[in-house]
Parts: sequence; C-alpha cells; structure tokens
Amino acid sequence: MSFYKPSFRHPSAPSNELGLTTKAYEGGVSTLCAGCGHDSISAAMIQAVWGLNIEPHRVAKMSGIGCSSKSPNYFLGKAHGFNSVHGRMPSVTTGANVANRDLMYIGVSGDGDTASIGMGQFTHVIRRNLNMMYVVENNGCYGLTKGQDSATADEGSKNKKGRANPFEAIDLVALALDLGATFVARSFSGDKDQLVPLMKAAMSHKGFALIDVISPCVTFNNHAGSTKSYDHTREHVQAGAVLDFVPMAQEITLDQIKGSTQKVALHNGDSVRLSKLSDNYDPTDRHNAIRTLLDHKAQDKLMTGLIYIEPESENFHEMLNVSKTPLNELKQDVLCPSGAALKSINEGLR
Amino acid sequence: MKATDISNPEYFHKVVDCQYACPAHTPVPEYIRLIGQRRYSDAYMVNWESNVFPGILGRTCDRPCEPACRRGRVDEEPVAICRLKRVAADNKDDADVAARMPLIPSQKNGKKIALIGAGPASLTVARDLMPLGYEVDLYDENAKGGGFMRSQIPSFRLPEEVLDQEVDYVLDMGVTRHFNTRVESMRSILDKGYDAIFVGTGAPKAKDLIIPGRDEASDNIHLGINWLESVAFEHLDSIGKKVVIVGGGNTAMDCCRTAKRIGGKEVSVTVRSTFETMKASPWEKDDTLAEGIPILPNHSPREFILEDGKLVAMTFNVVASSYDENGKRTIKETGEIVTIECTDAIMAIGQDNAFPWIERDIGIEFGEWDMPVVDKVSFQSSNEKIFFGGDAAFGPENVITAVAHGHQAAISIDLFLNGSSVKEARPAPGTNLVSSKMGIHQWSYDSAVIDDDRQASAHIPVEQALSSRKIESEIGFDLDAAFIEAERCLNCDVQTVFFEKKCIECDGCTDICPTNCITFINNDEEGSLRDKLNAPSVNKEQDLYVSTDLPTGRVMVKDEDMCLHCGLCAERCPTSAWDMQQFLYTVTKAGNEPAPILVEQMGGKKQEQAA
Repeated sequence: MSFYKPSFRHPSAPSNELGLTTKAYEGGVSTLCAGCGHDSISAAMIQAVWGLNIEPHRVAKMSGIGCSSKSPNYFLGKAHGFNSVHGRMPSVTTGANVANRDLMYIGVSGDGDTASIGMGQFTHVIRRNLNMMYVVENNGCYGLTKGQDSATADEGSKNKKGRANPFEAIDLVALALDLGATFVARSFSGDKDQLVPLMKAAMSHKGFALIDVISPCVTFNNHAGSTKSYDHTREHVQAGAVLDFVPMAQEITLDQIKGSTQKVALHNGDSVRLSKLSDNYDPTDRHNAIRTLLDHKAQDKLMTGLIYIEPESENFHEMLNVSKTPLNELKQDVLCPSGAALKSINEGLR
Repeated sequence: MKATDISNPEYFHKVVDCQYACPAHTPVPEYIRLIGQRRYSDAYMVNWESNVFPGILGRTCDRPCEPACRRGRVDEEPVAICRLKRVAADNKDDADVAARMPLIPSQKNGKKIALIGAGPASLTVARDLMPLGYEVDLYDENAKGGGFMRSQIPSFRLPEEVLDQEVDYVLDMGVTRHFNTRVESMRSILDKGYDAIFVGTGAPKAKDLIIPGRDEASDNIHLGINWLESVAFEHLDSIGKKVVIVGGGNTAMDCCRTAKRIGGKEVSVTVRSTFETMKASPWEKDDTLAEGIPILPNHSPREFILEDGKLVAMTFNVVASSYDENGKRTIKETGEIVTIECTDAIMAIGQDNAFPWIERDIGIEFGEWDMPVVDKVSFQSSNEKIFFGGDAAFGPENVITAVAHGHQAAISIDLFLNGSSVKEARPAPGTNLVSSKMGIHQWSYDSAVIDDDRQASAHIPVEQALSSRKIESEIGFDLDAAFIEAERCLNCDVQTVFFEKKCIECDGCTDICPTNCITFINNDEEGSLRDKLNAPSVNKEQDLYVSTDLPTGRVMVKDEDMCLHCGLCAERCPTSAWDMQQFLYTVTKAGNEPAPILVEQMGGKKQEQAA
C-alpha cells in the first residue's frame, strides 16, 4: 500500500542555478485518479518553476475548489498556498497580490471553478490585468461530482452514458482575448514539450497570463465520443505558435525549431521565441489571433500554443499604483502615519 | 532501437543485478523476501538448490553480487546479501531442511562416476547426480570432505559444524567415500571402468617467493595455503612471536589472523600494491585491521635476513604505484628500504594448479600454463569421459564459481551418459513471470522503499576472538537487523512489464517515477535515445526497455539503471499498461530437475500437514 514516494532520486539528476534538483519542487503524492491529466500539469509546473530558478518559497499557489484546485498540493510543497472558496480564487489572489507583489502567483483552477461558478471573477481579473499565471485544468466535466458536463464541454460531446451535450461550450481562450487578456495560451496536459515553455513564458509575463490546458478526466471523460479525451485531443490538436522560452541570460544560438521564427521580447529582458503557425501569424496581433482561433474551430481543430501576447502592457499594480514594498515589510510609521501627516492631508483639502 | 524482447529470459535476468552477477545465479531477491517473512528454512532451500552451501557462502563468499546490487547505485551501500544468506542458514529448522533433501532412488541407473577431490565443485556434481540414480565415488586425500573450504578457510571464519552439516547433506545422499585416498594416477581411475570422471582438485600449489635468504631460512618460511592446512588439520599449533605475511589477498588475511591466534604477537601484513588495490575483500581487510594487525602497503620483498642461521628479519623495497590513462599499473622503487623483524614469514602470494598425477597420454590435452584444455560451457576435457570444474578447470576462483561449474559439469555428465550432445542439448533456464497485483495499491511484495542504511554485522570482542582459532569471530545479524536489511532489498526481480496495447500515453508513470526512468519519445538509435531521456543515462551497461510503437508514433523507453521497482508506475497507470510481475529465473540442473518454484509447493505441503 503506497500513497508515498520513495525518497531516492536519480543520483545524477541535474541541478538548477540554485543548486536544487526537481525534488525540492515536488509536493505531496497525488490522490487524484491514476492517469489524471492534472498530475501531468503538476509535473510540468515542477519543471517550469525549477527551470526558471525560482525558489519555491517565492511562489504562492492559489486555487478554488475542484479536482484541479486540489492539485497545488501536489507540486511545490515548500511554496505558499491558499485553497479558497469555489470560484473565488481571483479575488483572493488580487488581495494577496496587493499585499505582496514580490511573490509569483500561480492560480490553478478548473473548468467548473472558472467557467461556471467563477465566471464573474475570471472576467474581472482579466480586465484588471492582475500579475499572475492563471492555469485552467480543463477537462470538460465535473469530475469531483461524478462527471456531469461542464460549461466548457463541447456541444455534441458525449458523456459517459452516451448522451450528447446540447449546450454551446464557453471557449475560455476566445473569451480572454475578447476581454483584453495580455497573454493567452492553450495547451494539452499530454504535451509537456509545449506546456513547460508556455508556463515559463507565462510566469515571466508581467500581467495576466492565461493557459487553458486540456486535461483529460481519465475516469469520467476519456471515452469515445468525448471531445476532451486523450485520443480526441491528440487527433484534433494543432500545435499553433510552437513556443520556446529563452531566458535573458541565454543567447539564442540553437535553432531546433524549423521554419520561420519570431522573437518577442518580454518585460524583464527574457524572450519568447516562436515558430509560427504560418508566415502571416503574428501572436501580437489580437484581431488575427481571434480570427485564427475561430478558423481552427470551424475546421474542428484545437489550436494550441501561444495564441496572443502583449509584452508591454500596463498591469494592475501600475494602474492602481500599488505599494511596491510588501505590506508585511512596511514599518509602522509608514502604515500608520503620524498625526502630522493627517493634519497636512486635511490642510490640503481645506 | 528494436523493441525489447521480454520473452527472452535473459532480459529480465539482467535486471536482477545480484542474481545476474552471481556465478551460480542464485535468486537473491527471492530468498531475501523469504527472510523478510521470517521463512528461514524456505530461504535456505532456495539457496541450497542453487548454491549448495548457503551456510558456508553466507560467511565466506566473495560476494560478486554486492558490488552489482542496484541499491548501491541509488544509496550509499548495497544490501548485505552475503550476511543475509547466513541468517537463513543460522535460523533454519534443521529437521525441516533435512526432510526436504531430494529423494535418492534406491534403484540405481547403472552408471558409475568418480569425483576426484572433495571440494565444492565435486560435492555439487554429487548433489546433482545422486538424485538421478547415479553411483558416485568421491576421492580425497583428507579424512573429511570440503576441500579447501576445510583446509584453507580458518574455523574462526567458518565453524566446522557449519561446514560438516552442508558437506554431509551431500555425502548423506549415499556418496561412496574414498577419503584418506590420494589419487596418484588418472590412469588407475580410468582403469576402474567409471562411466565418467570429474576432476575437482582445486589449485593446490602455493606460489613461492625466490629472493636472497629463502633457502637458508626455509625452516621459518611457510607457504600460505599449506600452512593454513597444517593448522586446520592440527599438524601445527603454534608459530613464532613475530610474523610477517607477504601478500595482499584473502589468504594473507586468513594467515595473519590465524597467526595472531596461535602465538603470533607482532603480526603484520606486507603488500606490494597500494592498500586500495590489494586483492583482499574490503570486509576481510576491515576484520584484519579490527584485530590490530597492520597492513603495510607498497612493500616489495627484498631479502630474508638471518642471524646464526635463523630468520630474524625481512627487508622490503618501498615502492610507488602509478597508473597510466589506460589504468595500467607501473610499480617503481622509491629507494627506501624497510626492515621488519620476524621469527616467521608466511608467503601468501597466490596459488597454482598442478596435475602431476594426470598422465599425459590418456587423451587429456594440456595447453597454456600446463592446464588441461577444458570447454568453457560443458567443462568436458578432450577425453570425453573426463570433466573438470572449480579451480581445477581454469585456475583459482572462489567457492561460488566452483559450485556454478559443478552444476554445469553435472548437466554435461548426465547428457553425455544419456547419449546427448553436451553442447547442444543443454537445458534452458527455468523461468516464471507472474503478476504481483493484489489490489489498486497492493502488491504481493513489499513495494515501499525504506531509507535505512546498511546494517552492521556484529562481532565478538577482539580479545575473545583472538583467544582461540576455533571461535567464530563474527556473530552476524540478529533477527531485527536481518529484517531491516532484508527490507532494504529493492526487489529487482519484481519486473516492470509494459503492455503497449493498453497504454493511453497519459504520462502518469513518467510523472510519478521517483528516478525519472520512463520516457515517451520518438524512437532513435540507442546512443541518441540515451541522450534524450528524461534522466541522464549514465550507466550504459544497463539496458533500455523499449516498447513497440504507440498510437502517437512514440515509444516507451525505460532506463533499467535506476528503477527502484517501487511499483508507482503501475499504481499510477489507469489502464494497467504497467504491471509489476514477479520473475523467477533458475538455472536448470542435471536431469532437467525443475527449479525451486518448489518453495511454494513446500509451503502448500506444510499447510496440508498442519491441517
């Protein structure tokens, strides 16, 4: 009986610049169903944060309710975390972000937590361009309550009993683009080669970064007729702008990506290098992104990769002039200005 | 790469590193699990079927298994396999074991075989052929069986009772003993009309050291193995106060420790090589140092010094070893000369074969180094009736190698006497591969990997140990330590078996694997595949397990090197594309005797008896 993992790791496992192996970035052993796509996303998360040389305690994992929202327990065991109310992760993250903008915020949500109960929060956090990575572990069903169709289940997709979903699906990527999101990507839990660099780019983006990850529910939504199964996703996936994340320190010399490439510089000097869908696909062109997304949908293709990026956007902190210093580091005299300060304010209003 | 053929038993055999490294291929994890279950007699029988001398080997084996142990690759030290074997031997139920000895047919098959030398090789041949109805005559110059296990291994390492018991298991099968009978002529044996003859006479000739003073001081210069034999058979019971041992192998360790027990006060060991590269097993060096015997490396013998015709000292050239980039050693004298006072000197610098008793005109071809030409597989000499094994076949090795030879020679003799080809008709190994699945997270083996360090084997206090050459100096594991040590075993024989057709490529196994040994990747040549795996592929000796093509066109590649056999891949697999399957590989013995899957049958029998 083993809900445990042996403590031995590969003795030659590589270390990152902090001298840490991925072991330092692991979390508890998952209690999700064997084969759940969410576990692959957790594994990608470990690789991405490890690869960015971020100390685990500089990260805050935020989540709501659901299978997806359990998963922060299974990576970055030494990071901060907040398992909030259903669908309310964005508000809690906003509060945390205002209080301490030095941490890196990783929001993990699901299709129910985002597209149903959390829809209002989701749209507003996009509008506010809050500095965070928002990962939707999207399996098109409510796995935790035995697999009912969720709001992202495609019209006509069959549930486990064979009944087709009569409702139109909410496309979170299209919605985010429409709402003015500054980093929008889609990926597949079964494609870490794409997912890991996307996460790195998303975490390096200053502003709101959405990654909608198709993450098959192996128990309730992995049958023939489902449009979110491993097989269906693999058959319909169209790797869009294939992405390669290039940290600032690394010179761009290697060129593993065939075809024409485009480099997009990020806020902090890092860059995202793309090999493009076609020569005229420009991921910094929002109109084109929306059009291409719809074209793919019409052809029954699932467009993945980095779909849109606006590298130099004004984020929440800049819009609201949020304190650069975390509140927990502010001294009392700054937090509670003296009577003289109040007096001078009052004087100014006379 | 081509998909791995797991139906070839050698593939999974190689994954069981300890068993693969063992010359006799004893199913190590199988008996360690039994020890963990406190089934000592069962563990003993698994050993006995394979290596005939578990109690002896559990004390004296050269342990080729331990450096191979997978645990040593992920943890600091390998599993203490050898001492666990001793646990099985020390805690077995003697009556139970005696009752499980093979039945010997009273109706013989009419074939008569002579075994020359009563060491481990010959005894193994007897063990395998007696149950088949052969009549076996065993010749040895000494009064008891055991060969060099009796004459050269001191009693403080191997108590006589242990040796007697295991030698008697074989002799009591009805072997005709011709002890105190030195065979002086092979022709005379041939003339007796045996159907086959097996030579297991070991490597009985000690090497000598010819340096100035050797002849003059010969009264106080002893040859290691001969001297040990004289002590063992009580022709000698004392030695001078100051003893120098020349040589750095296990015989040297036995000589110095024996000398210290029968009168040597100042005993030291001198070795030409460095301390690290000397031939003695590390644990034998440890035991020697623990008894206060210094080991002096880089000492090359120069001269025996005599006063009034008596040995008083030895001089040594101090040397330095250096290695070139190919690892070739050069030894240079530094010019320094060291003098060590001594009343006696023991030469333990190696041993050779000697066959003065084999006439050269009886059809046995002799080749290089005056060694008989022996086939490496069948152990048959150029006289088709005569077989060799143990040290007599290819020069000095060890007990476990002699046992392995004995099993193979017995197969050849049986084939030969049944008119089959000793080369082509050799039996395939016995194999068994059975799922160990008991439930979603439950296996029939203890899949948890414990973190405990290698347990130390207990010794008696040094003063007590040195007081007699007959008191065993090592106590071994108590049952608690044995249990922990048994749990350290990674169960490498429980194989990760992959069923491509069931795989949905969800990455569950890849994500959970503690050592990242599973990769789903586009197929390629072995070299480039190894470069692209999820974890560095550092050990090229270990195989890659490659699947056939999966639906995405990729293949599953598992680097066997660091697999902990923890079963998490199989627990995480939603479709049971991975299964943990217990693999048993046994070397088939003469007469196609089915190998010890017996254990389970025995368990069954016991239950019946209990009911």
